[in-house]
Amino acid sequence: MPSGRKCKRVLAIASGGGHWVQLLRLRPGFAGCDVLFATTRRSFQTDLDAGARFTVIPDCNRNEPLRLGRAFVKIGWILLRERPDVVISTGAAPGFIAIWIAHKLRIRTIWVDSVANAEELSLSGQRAGACASLWLTQWQHLAREGGPYFRGSVL
Amino acid sequence: MVFVTVGTDGPFDRLVQAIDLWAGQSGRTDVFAQIGRTSLRPSHIAYSQMLEPPEFHRRFLEADVVIAHAGMGTILSALRYGKPILVMPRRASLGEQRNEHQLATARHLAALGKIQVAMDERELRARLDHLTEVAVLDRTGPYASQSLTDAIQAFIHGRR
Repeated sequence: MPSGRKCKRVLAIASGGGHWVQLLRLRPGFAGCDVLFATTRRSFQTDLDAGARFTVIPDCNRNEPLRLGRAFVKIGWILLRERPDVVISTGAAPGFIAIWIAHKLRIRTIWVDSVANAEELSLSGQRAGACASLWLTQWQHLAREGGPYFRGSVL
Repeated sequence: MVFVTVGTDGPFDRLVQAIDLWAGQSGRTDVFAQIGRTSLRPSHIAYSQMLEPPEFHRRFLEADVVIAHAGMGTILSALRYGKPILVMPRRASLGEQRNEHQLATARHLAALGKIQVAMDERELRARLDHLTEVAVLDRTGPYASQSLTDAIQAFIHGRR
């Protein structure tokens, strides 16, 4: 960048399927930012406008240590290379890894727990409380003093 | 056209088998199902294990009614495109997912009047026999509620 950063850099990251669909619905929230989208399947790139920056991350869940490790390395590398101002995720495991590493790197983070978790936060969502700068649930009745907070939903 | 989808999380044979059985008995021939990676081979409906997003999108838009697992991706698409949708939740107790969040999703969204739900195969069968009664209960725009996207924008730009 020639003379300081004009627009904020954002890494928007989520697993494929419902988490990705929810992340896309948050896009007005990072309008005008330089956004890198990351998800677990190459084919989801077709959901984005032509020219949007996109990368693929390994899919993983907490029951598969090897894949978790692979995702950890790839996501860590993306964060070091991109140095985003903010990381935002709707889950699940890859998103949690991203905000966990980002927190260690002193990058600001947003966790929007999936709207599918209507009765309790996901396990990632509960753990995200410790490393999310902005920790959100999409259900009013799950909001608590000190977080997670409720600010609306993708519905 | 009836479009059935179990999403990308894995198979949901209980749903597909119930619909296959219904199609066979009712003589319905306009059913297409995305069934996930499973050894199940339905005999009365057309199917594919996985669909690439463009084909998924096309079939979704062409459908008169969508029958699905209670996955948020599918539900959000139905709300966005105004498709009548009937969902049956996966059950962790039957090994269909890791926790009971689809049960929670189905219950809460039904209570909010957003979608119609069949809690099990018996309820599904009853609904399938009156499929024209599955209606569009609600629609959404392409994006999340403005209060949520505003909160995200304010945070990113440091105005918390």
